[in-house]
Amino acid sequence: MRALRLERSLPRFAAARLASGWNGRAGADLGPVRLVEVAAPELPGPGWHRVRPHLAGICGSDLATIAGRSSRWFEPIVSFPFVPGHEVVGTDDTGRRVVLQPVLGCVARGIDPPCAACGAGSANHCAHLAAGHLRPGLQTGFCADTGGGWSEELVAHESQLHAVPEGWSDQAAVLVEPVACAVHGALAAPECDPALAVVIGAGTLGLGAIAALSRFRPDVELVLAVAKHPHQRRLALELGARAVVEPGELRRAVRRRTGSWMLDNGQLTGGAPLVVDCAGTAASLADALAVTAPGGTLVLLGMAGTTTLDLTTLWQREVRLQGSYAYGPEPLAGGRHSFELAFELVEHAGLERLVSATYPLGRYAEAVAHAADAGRRGAVKVVFDPRRRPGRPRPEGSP
Amino acid sequence: MPRPGFVLDVDRSTPPILTWHGDGFRLLRLPADRSRVIYAPEPEPGLGDPDEEIRRALLEPLGDSAPLPALLRSGMRLTIAFDDISLPLPPMRRPDNRQRVVEAVLDAAAAAGVDDVVLIAALALHRRMTEAELRHALGDRVYDAFAPHGRLLQHDAEDPDGLVHLGQTDLGEDVEINRRAAESDLIVYVNINLVSMDGGHKSVATGLSSYRSLRHHHNVRTMRHSRSFMDQHRSELHSSNWRMGRLIAASGVKVFQIETTLNNDAFPPGLGFLQKREWEWTARDRAAYLATVGAIRAGSDRINRSVFQAVKAPYAMTGVVAGEVEAVHAATTATVYRQQLVHVEGQTDVALFGLPHVSPYNVNSIMNPILVMCMGLGYLFNLYRGRPIVREGGVAILSHPTPWAFHPVHHPSYIDFFEEVLAETTDPIEIEKNYEERFATDEWYRHLYRTGHAYHGVHPFYMWYWGAHALEHLGRVIVVGGDPAAVRRLGFSPATTLDDALEIASDVVGRHPSISHFHCPPIMMADVT
Repeated sequence: MRALRLERSLPRFAAARLASGWNGRAGADLGPVRLVEVAAPELPGPGWHRVRPHLAGICGSDLATIAGRSSRWFEPIVSFPFVPGHEVVGTDDTGRRVVLQPVLGCVARGIDPPCAACGAGSANHCAHLAAGHLRPGLQTGFCADTGGGWSEELVAHESQLHAVPEGWSDQAAVLVEPVACAVHGALAAPECDPALAVVIGAGTLGLGAIAALSRFRPDVELVLAVAKHPHQRRLALELGARAVVEPGELRRAVRRRTGSWMLDNGQLTGGAPLVVDCAGTAASLADALAVTAPGGTLVLLGMAGTTTLDLTTLWQREVRLQGSYAYGPEPLAGGRHSFELAFELVEHAGLERLVSATYPLGRYAEAVAHAADAGRRGAVKVVFDPRRRPGRPRPEGSP
Repeated sequence: MPRPGFVLDVDRSTPPILTWHGDGFRLLRLPADRSRVIYAPEPEPGLGDPDEEIRRALLEPLGDSAPLPALLRSGMRLTIAFDDISLPLPPMRRPDNRQRVVEAVLDAAAAAGVDDVVLIAALALHRRMTEAELRHALGDRVYDAFAPHGRLLQHDAEDPDGLVHLGQTDLGEDVEINRRAAESDLIVYVNINLVSMDGGHKSVATGLSSYRSLRHHHNVRTMRHSRSFMDQHRSELHSSNWRMGRLIAASGVKVFQIETTLNNDAFPPGLGFLQKREWEWTARDRAAYLATVGAIRAGSDRINRSVFQAVKAPYAMTGVVAGEVEAVHAATTATVYRQQLVHVEGQTDVALFGLPHVSPYNVNSIMNPILVMCMGLGYLFNLYRGRPIVREGGVAILSHPTPWAFHPVHHPSYIDFFEEVLAETTDPIEIEKNYEERFATDEWYRHLYRTGHAYHGVHPFYMWYWGAHALEHLGRVIVVGGDPAAVRRLGFSPATTLDDALEIASDVVGRHPSISHFHCPPIMMADVT
């Protein structure tokens, strides 16, 4: 089968890191991903299924990995070579159309009894990401044994599969996984009053978070979004943001809505009780910290890496910094699982419109460049359709 | 004998016409046979001995008023209020009219043994003046005698203890003014009357009032019913201030009004070409123009702004009258009209306004995009009597760099107005209805207005309302040479050149529109028949 495979090649990671800084396509061309013909992955055991992907999304974490910009934190919890792709809709070997819940917790790893987190349904906190009968991998798409969505076939445990509702398009279904992450982030902070929520970033996660705050957080009265590009502004407003500002306008916008004062160095005397940072950059985090109210919560939903940040604000204003990874039971939604909520949200908010472009695997360099530059190019989610076959694959083992 | 104003019909022999462009200017060649240039009258001669004329005015008041010395007595409370930094434009060379008049009033007060004297800058909702600005307006002697003793104040329209509500006019307009002034035995108001809108009852009723009062006439309805707000007989702004002024008088507040007028000699000799008609430029004028333009090109925006803001006008005082407010202002207005009125026949399809470096609200500051709008569509558009120089449905072309830049100390609420309000709507009615109250009562703006040098939170709204009549009248507004993003945020069309602007305008006024170029400054007022 054909697959986009990522190999552990330090020169290629280095080249990708250099090249992607000025050109996403060059980064993809020089980077560690190659289109190869490989054998389909073996079924690891009972309860596993073969899944043939229809669509597989390109996520920010994928882009960081390809560009050699991922944190070294991940090294012991991924295994090479792996096929990326964890946002997947496909057909399994029973003929069901399914969405993949990619986290590889204890159940998928055959570990019994499961760790306490998995036992509580929070596989995203699993203590055994490098144990069990699978090689290390925090998710499908980062594990050498499961394959990934950027291929013609992967394997998935029964516990990872969710049936796609009747009548859904593949475009809607492929968004369930990232939207579940967004839902988890939107519900990660405690209830607040009065509730101005700020969402920084208006890619898939940001737009999903805006929609989730609007639908699942009745305590949030007003969502203020930060977006750079016109289509992002439009979508943010359509999905429930009351106002959208550019990054440079955020502090003043929060000041106006909270009745704060702005002191001489630009710091606010108040702020928003809930801020969701979907970008995860040093600049976005600095902005997020600056506009979080004393005692408020800053949810880090976008994947951050090594960054330099003045944490004085966090200390002096007793801001709660809350990471948000993947999904799990949501106490603020009566214990419903983020995935269940994501299915509801994708349908209710019509989020399939966020899929902007579809590429065959053979045009992966263009696809990655498009995804890396999605905002400027008027796109939100770029996906692969592994069933399409233009372009010739590179033979396995070629440089 | 100065020559009166003049309207030039442009033909093929007409030289390029100087057009202001912020901190600079351009020479534009206007389409022949369908363009006209409106030139200001030449500067009238100043008074031979201004100080003597001031003393005479105080002794020979107009209207139902006793001479000033007869109104002064030992043991009384005297408040001298004076116009703020927004007048005149550009700031005039020392000694400023205010200094001359205040010194004369203080001499009279001293002679009468008046001890309780306080000076108040009549800011309304404008920014507080700096020490340097106060010294420039009043002179060092006055400043040093009063400021160290806390007797030189700046009106605080947000001081709950410093205001007094005098009542409502018969139209329900609240009249609330400065308590110290209202509770004085006499207010002497010292005015510089640059344009016909200034002075009269507006001096006290606006300059010493609060938002509670101002909102009755600083609103969209009033500005749309002022055709124009420079024409007292057709200005609802004027009428409202007059109703308030009469209520102030009826409340027992005694005002002795002193008004001064200036000629329109706005630029020092080195920039004398700015005052002249282009075909009369001498070789020295051309050399000065080229040297100035070269220096502007070589300088940064910041340097050019500093240089232009440092320009002081060699204005000369052309008149001074004192006494009862309405009688004084009638005489003042006649003097202003004598200097500024230019007879203009008929309207044109297009009006071209070159915007200079300074407006009433960016002295020693930045002409931000909202002030560009206000200067073009508020002040210059409304400098007419009778009818606007551009027909209804016509096009205004403004020439200004319109940078997306704001002075963070002077104009904090302008930044928010631009970023938030104009991003949503440019409709004055919607803006007034949905946003004004929140900005007007914002505690941070209030703090900055009271303690720093910031315009009041509601001030950018007034700037937008100032252009409401023009926005309703015009079919399109085009800005030549402006930052396209800032221009679009204002709701206007950006153009690179005058030719581009006329091409854009052709959708509205056709391909061969008639054009009026309002060659201002120097300040003038078109009397359009």
